[in-house]
Amino acid sequence: MTGAITDLPEVAPRPPAARRRWAFLRWVPVSVVGLYILVAIVGPLLVDYDPVATGLTDRLLPPGATTHDGGLALLGTDPLGRDIFAQVVYGARTSVTIGALTVALSALVGVTVGVVAGYFGRAVDAALSRSIDVLLAFPGIVLAIIVAGLFDRSITVVVVALALTGWIPFARMTRAMALTVRNREWVAAARVMGVPRRTIVIRHVLPFVLGPVVALAATDFGLVVLAEAGLSFLGIGLPPTSVSWGQTIATGKEYLSTAWWISAFPGLVLALLVVHVGLLGDQFNSFFHRSGRRGVLPRTPRRAGTGRGVEGSL
Amino acid sequence: MTGVVLRRLAIGVFVLWGAGTMMFVLLRLAPGDPATLLLGPDASAADVAALSERLGLDQPMVAQYLTFLKNAAQFDFGDSYRFGQPAMDVVLGRLQATVELTLTATVIAVVVGLALGMLAGRRPDGRVDRVVSGLTILLQGMPTFWVGIMLVLLFTATLGLLPSSGTGTPAHIVLPAVTLSLPFTAIVARITRTSVAQSMREPYVQTARSKGLTELQILTGHALRNSLVPVVTIVGLQMGALLGGAVVVENVFAWPGLGSLVVESVSNRDYAVVQAAALLIAAIIVVLNLVADLSYSLLDPRVRTGAHR
Repeated sequence: MTGAITDLPEVAPRPPAARRRWAFLRWVPVSVVGLYILVAIVGPLLVDYDPVATGLTDRLLPPGATTHDGGLALLGTDPLGRDIFAQVVYGARTSVTIGALTVALSALVGVTVGVVAGYFGRAVDAALSRSIDVLLAFPGIVLAIIVAGLFDRSITVVVVALALTGWIPFARMTRAMALTVRNREWVAAARVMGVPRRTIVIRHVLPFVLGPVVALAATDFGLVVLAEAGLSFLGIGLPPTSVSWGQTIATGKEYLSTAWWISAFPGLVLALLVVHVGLLGDQFNSFFHRSGRRGVLPRTPRRAGTGRGVEGSL
Repeated sequence: MTGVVLRRLAIGVFVLWGAGTMMFVLLRLAPGDPATLLLGPDASAADVAALSERLGLDQPMVAQYLTFLKNAAQFDFGDSYRFGQPAMDVVLGRLQATVELTLTATVIAVVVGLALGMLAGRRPDGRVDRVVSGLTILLQGMPTFWVGIMLVLLFTATLGLLPSSGTGTPAHIVLPAVTLSLPFTAIVARITRTSVAQSMREPYVQTARSKGLTELQILTGHALRNSLVPVVTIVGLQMGALLGGAVVVENVFAWPGLGSLVVESVSNRDYAVVQAAALLIAAIIVVLNLVADLSYSLLDPRVRTGAHR
């Protein structure tokens, strides 16, 4: 029997008791992401690590081994005797910093361009969509590789290289929202009252954009962190003195058969962060979507279709 | 229909021009003299002077730009200093490996993604749906280069079943293609799920049920066919991401394609090759987007006959 009626119990809402029992799960993404940010800020103060120092006596120790000076190598050591746990902690700082800076830059540029294109008009709008067409002709990571490779290695270059395509989803979304908001009554009223256009945009248009921008920023953050790790894995972008999960994973690639832990742990930590940032973004998204039910807000792009996907492919 | 095709073609040409212009600007913005950059660090002063002459670096920027466009239109990006042959030849030599890799990955992603999406969309919010949606989130969140390394750890270092790098036998393509396909499998599965779930609520599925068709017949005959349109669209749109993913994956598995060439060339400052490769990739993406657009209209009768517009 495959009738529609037999399917009904499955689709029906689950009993409230079961729902309540699992309700705490919704706090997992925000807690995990919070933990990473905390580690990124405080971790390096508590854990000592010198990326340049090498101690050949402690090379390739397995997880849980004791170093020659009696310390614990919780996650093992790399071929130069450097502690993997410390690299994971310091890498968190690198990833979170670059992620936050890139998303901030992308959002700033994207929202500005999007509002101008959506609210002010056709010429800017046409120019915007054509430039997006051109930028999307390159896979984002290829563009980032080229830009980061052309200029001298630094965090700034990596941030700019990643933001080069990162602003696009912000611009698209803001533009769409500005287009709908500009025709609402209160905007018309403000215009009739002679409120300057800049004030209208800041007071009456931008507040509607901010919620979904936060949701998009969360999603974007995960993609940027992945992309940065990808660049570091390829040995492009960050100076060799900085600590990054991507670099550590690349180191471990050469020692897979003897020291699996070098690659395994940083990647695990990276995947955990990206997955939870993505979940958090989805939560933000459904929250802002619900509160915008009155029809002001167009649907914000979901993860699969943020128009970026490029970094998601790493 | 012809109008649509012509319009798309015009946009494609415009995008390629824009992409070329961007490369031109980037190379002029980078620190150092473009001729030295293009010829690489080992170039002699005489070679640099000769290229400066040929590129017209002593001329006004506008003239330089026009020369660049003229050469680019003839696929002439200068010689690779590392290989000592025209950059475009070097790039074209690596194209086949990348095409093999991305095509295999696309096939895997579409087949597995459609299957997963159908299973999940059959009963939205059911147990299978939850498992699949968890899986897709995981697949999209894991860095492919790391997944690749972990697969090597499992299948090469531990089990000794598959080769970890290089080319040669069909077995060589398994790990890179599977690695590359994973995030796209997730995307295809998500799209298929949404579309199948939608179809399952349609009256014609009720009709099919009441006719006594099996669940499998309904899924493949009615629900799946309707999800092909969004899947084709997303595959076309994701080709850029797929090529980007290939750049990284090729480096993990020492796959001799465009991606490893781009990274080698960037690291060795062989910018003639970088330019040629970037613009070839851009051209491929533009063409594929065009094809996806057009096949979209072929697959959907409403678009094909113009009844919808």
